[in-house]
Amino acid sequence: MEILRRIGKHNLALIGVIILVPMFLCAILAPLLAPHDPIEPDLKHILAAPSFSHPFGTDTLGRDVFSRVIYGSRISLLVGFVSVGIATLLGIIIGAVSGYFGGVIDEVIMRFVDLMMCFPTFFLILAVIALLEPSIWNIMVVIGLTNWMGIARLIRAEILSIKGKEFILAAKAQGFSEYRIIFRHVLPNALSPVYVVATLGIGGAILTESALSFLGIGVQPPTASWGNILTAAKDNIEVAWWLSLYPGLAIFLTVMGYNLLGEGLRDIFDPRRRYQAR
Amino acid sequence: MGKVLSVSELKKYYEVRKTAFSYKKDIIRAVDGVSFDLEEGQTLGVVGESGSGKSTLARCLLLLEEPDEGKIIFLGQDLRELGRKELKTLRKDMQIIFQDPYSSLNPRRKVCDIMAEPLLFHGVVERKAVKEKVTEILSDVGLGEDFLNKYPHEMSGGQRQRVAIGRALATKPVLIVADEPVSSLDVSIQAQIVNLFIDIREKLGISMVFVSHDLNIVRFISDTIIVMYAGKVLEAGTRDEVFYKPMHPYTQMLIHSINGERFKSPDDGGFIMTGGCVYCPRCDRRGEMCAQKSPCLQGDEGHRVACFIVSGS
Repeated sequence: MEILRRIGKHNLALIGVIILVPMFLCAILAPLLAPHDPIEPDLKHILAAPSFSHPFGTDTLGRDVFSRVIYGSRISLLVGFVSVGIATLLGIIIGAVSGYFGGVIDEVIMRFVDLMMCFPTFFLILAVIALLEPSIWNIMVVIGLTNWMGIARLIRAEILSIKGKEFILAAKAQGFSEYRIIFRHVLPNALSPVYVVATLGIGGAILTESALSFLGIGVQPPTASWGNILTAAKDNIEVAWWLSLYPGLAIFLTVMGYNLLGEGLRDIFDPRRRYQAR
Repeated sequence: MGKVLSVSELKKYYEVRKTAFSYKKDIIRAVDGVSFDLEEGQTLGVVGESGSGKSTLARCLLLLEEPDEGKIIFLGQDLRELGRKELKTLRKDMQIIFQDPYSSLNPRRKVCDIMAEPLLFHGVVERKAVKEKVTEILSDVGLGEDFLNKYPHEMSGGQRQRVAIGRALATKPVLIVADEPVSSLDVSIQAQIVNLFIDIREKLGISMVFVSHDLNIVRFISDTIIVMYAGKVLEAGTRDEVFYKPMHPYTQMLIHSINGERFKSPDDGGFIMTGGCVYCPRCDRRGEMCAQKSPCLQGDEGHRVACFIVSGS
């Protein structure tokens, strides 16, 4: 509740929330909001310009772009949350183990992180998708598996600094178990920067999914995703501007929303700025 | 009166690499053969300048740092010989209070949770009675009931230190190790907290090891004193002996410096290991012996000193 109150006071974060809430509603209420079937072709109205019955126009198969963009928001949200969820979970576990136990374990894990960071992530994803069949679940898992390193490093650094704090020593002096110290005292204090990075990461994941779908190896047609609507748009950009504008705008706004919210959370969680705000 | 704590020949060395790539390691002797006894209900003051190993000693006493050598006999048991479980049950009898109340309280927990955790963990009270007990402890350390739901960042340094003291008292310990508990507080608050320590000691009969670089406070609170320098005890004795008849050149310098007298030391090169007396490089009375052999504590129970010149040998 405290966090919500602070978001309400923070302009950027509030703008982010104002952008994102309608997006969530779109995704949840898609069948109610969409005026047409997003998949059913309508060959009488191919590439129709925006009008009252088709607010965003229609595509090369006469499908309503407005409905497709609405259904596409489901894919984007799903990809954003699931892949970042996977990355965050992996990052927290790996980073916590590395930071808390230190020594050889830390050294090995951190060199592995360095190795993972050296891969050009996008091509790694391309290669994996080329081997597996392209499906939304594969994409989410692969994006998750290639994005945990930043979070692991962040958590490790946080834990290293918290481990030396006196309240951890005080907990040890009480005789608390390692398990209790890690989960009750260390981790809760290490998590706030992770919320920020995870929020920013959702935007990144949505962009990656859009790019993959645009290249034809992401979400497969006829399922609508903002990326694959753009694929159809690139061939008709001279005659049908609406095909690229609206899904592009949707991607832009959503990523922007997450980035603004992430920036806001960063301010909110930073204790120095928090004191300033009081 | 029995001995609560008896420490003998405690040693803690750290290895430090000279540079990131060198294999040569320097050994820092943070605590180098410290011995003392603490009687029930008494307070031992540990004095020394920064870097003299006071805090390391405090942490070693509770095994927060694993000592390299020596014995720590607490209530008749050698802490270093104990198993995990026995040590865990013994932990409720010995507590520590840290210097910095800003980092010694978990910033994400409310005062009531901070205080309740040790109570529940050691099974001191039932879950139902916890709130009552916490309120009681809070009033013992001079804080009202309205502090129950506060977070550490909502309190002042003095209030936080009171909470830290309350947390240490929660399990009714026999021994409290206070590691510079007032150094980071305002002078006016320092007096309040020192008085709180004295009240607690009288009310609960707790034994204390009180580490501080502030001689005035140590003089106020201690029954016996040890003076540390570079990990070694240079002088030990009852408060009055050490304060009014200081024998070691270092103690004399410290005590005169309270009055604002300035001292010239011949060579202030920090802590140099020569194999001789640790204080030798800075001592203005050093003799030939001093650079070659390390002096032991000598004298009667009430006042001992580690100095060749003073002992006249």
